[in-house]
Amino acid sequence: MASVRRTVQIHRPPEDVWAHIGDPASIATWFPGIEAATVEGTRRVITTRSGLPIPEVIVTHDDLQRRFQYRLDLPLVSSHLGTIDVIGLEDGSSLVVYSTDCEPDPLAIVIGGATGGALAEIRRQLEPRTGGAA
Amino acid sequence: MGRKILFVTTDQQRYDTLGCNGGTLARTPVVDRLAADGIRYTRAVPQSVVCMPSRSTIVTGQHPSTHGVWMNGVALPVDAPSVAAELHRAGYRTALVGKAHFEPFIDPFGRFTENLLAGGEAETAQTAWADGTIGPHRGFDHLEFAAHGAVGMLHYARWIAVNHPEASGMYYAAVDAALNVNSAGGGDTDAPQVKVNPIPREWYHTEWVADRTIAWLDSLAADDDWFCWMSFPDPHHPWDPPEAEMERIDWRDVPLPAGYPTDRAEREAILDAKPRHWRQWYDGTLVSNYEAPRGWVPASLTDDQVREVNARNAVECELIDEALGRVLAAIEARGWGDDVDVIFTTDHGELQGDFGLLFKGPYHVDALMRLPLVWRPAPSAGVAPAVIDQPVGLIDLAPTFAAIAGLPARDWMHGHTLPADAAEVAARPVEHVLTEWDSELFGVGVYLRTITRPGWVCTAYKPGYVHDGTEGELYDLEHDPLQRTNLWDDPGYASIRSDLLAELHDHEPPVHQPRLELDAPV
Repeated sequence: MASVRRTVQIHRPPEDVWAHIGDPASIATWFPGIEAATVEGTRRVITTRSGLPIPEVIVTHDDLQRRFQYRLDLPLVSSHLGTIDVIGLEDGSSLVVYSTDCEPDPLAIVIGGATGGALAEIRRQLEPRTGGAA
Repeated sequence: MGRKILFVTTDQQRYDTLGCNGGTLARTPVVDRLAADGIRYTRAVPQSVVCMPSRSTIVTGQHPSTHGVWMNGVALPVDAPSVAAELHRAGYRTALVGKAHFEPFIDPFGRFTENLLAGGEAETAQTAWADGTIGPHRGFDHLEFAAHGAVGMLHYARWIAVNHPEASGMYYAAVDAALNVNSAGGGDTDAPQVKVNPIPREWYHTEWVADRTIAWLDSLAADDDWFCWMSFPDPHHPWDPPEAEMERIDWRDVPLPAGYPTDRAEREAILDAKPRHWRQWYDGTLVSNYEAPRGWVPASLTDDQVREVNARNAVECELIDEALGRVLAAIEARGWGDDVDVIFTTDHGELQGDFGLLFKGPYHVDALMRLPLVWRPAPSAGVAPAVIDQPVGLIDLAPTFAAIAGLPARDWMHGHTLPADAAEVAARPVEHVLTEWDSELFGVGVYLRTITRPGWVCTAYKPGYVHDGTEGELYDLEHDPLQRTNLWDDPGYASIRSDLLAELHDHEPPVHQPRLELDAPV
């Protein structure tokens, strides 16, 4: 099992960040490489830019903790847990943590790389004047 | 009208695989002729011994620390400096045909331009350049990509899928179902990354790269200036050339390489005298490079497997040489022969049996660090043939391309124009070449800094997963050409070691900020 963690600080209150990304169906608007997402109950299916549909199981959707967790549901993936946490900081800004725990290990690097791109895009959208990489 | 440039790279090719460098297995008359007519470098050194950092050095003219691609899987920023952009701006038509690999291959989200281009109609994409302007992707106005097989999103794989779908499964599967580099064996000896490939030669990627290069050249006007980077994916593993071509060399007749100690006890004693990650990989207890198959233990390597790998590798080198010959004939047919500079090299070497190892990793020895490099200047330039023994680097290519085109080297290029004769060797501002290795793979961090000077190569290890920062390697290249005796801790060489380390530290290249993230395993 490999674990990859990406983080970004966003100079917006956590409730604003969560409002932007907390809806599981919104992922295609802030995750580069995901073209579409449909949600039915605890099932979500995303479609990547390369045309690959990926079914997922929503594990946690907690608006109070501002935490979202999901698992990829693919034969290739023996184990996966993706976790997004939005954490309020003392200065009023937010720390967004996007963690990937995955087996097979190499896939964790691939997904982790993509989550880094997602965090950069979230910051670009919420801090349009600064942008920046995750 | 200026001099045109055909830049030819192979992937993971050893210095000693060319006849002009003393190789006796592969017949390489085309490159040998270029060497006889031009300049042959006997100590060309990469700035990284893996693909993405090394190729990024070629196009930017910078060390890995500076361009930021510190290991495979880290994408070169789209706005990185590019010598191709300089040439394009100067009016050159610019193309890259074959293997680019400035951006990761494993890309299910379709995040990277190289992987998306083949699915569109465009020859290239418009992206940001280092100066903030928008132009062809990395300065190449024509891009057609291939990799080591027929699976994936690149042009060659799509060409196979459309025109010869039955061939897509003929190649060795480079990665397994778990996305690890495949350790499955094949051929006659069950060697890793070896497969009997029934693909007809005319469908093989080496032929495709040459065909597409010729097609692009044919599209140009007679008076165009052009820079064409023709980039063959071979002889990088998997070793699966068209099986019909294996009639050229019977692996049973292949002599074992000089770098392969046949006596196991001797081999292991040599490894034990090097920093501990050498022996740990050999024993299968530590894998620090993704491209070393995790399921393969080097200690299991047999003499016959070394022979078969070398035979298949040599056939791949011969196919490249013949493909290059076809391209040169096409250039002659266009009437450009006198005005074309040809530079032939590779991105890094291959262990290929040395020390009982295959593939590559954090091992800064000749197998990976001594590269074939031949520059045949345009005959119209009147440059005399020469052999240059002074260490030079792939970092020197970008300013050399600029010089051929009559352009000044830009200040972001950190290399120096390749010397063409003894006077230019004497005028070079530095005598050394630097090489770096950084890798962080599933918690295993390995960091090397190496300096090559005439007669010496010295590697310092930074603290990491298995090193405490005191380890190193020092080799006397004249008296120990196989780098079997590590002089790092020999008191008799303390002064030389100290001098080399001082020079290494005094010339550490600028560091890219912020550190770029790892986006994929390769």
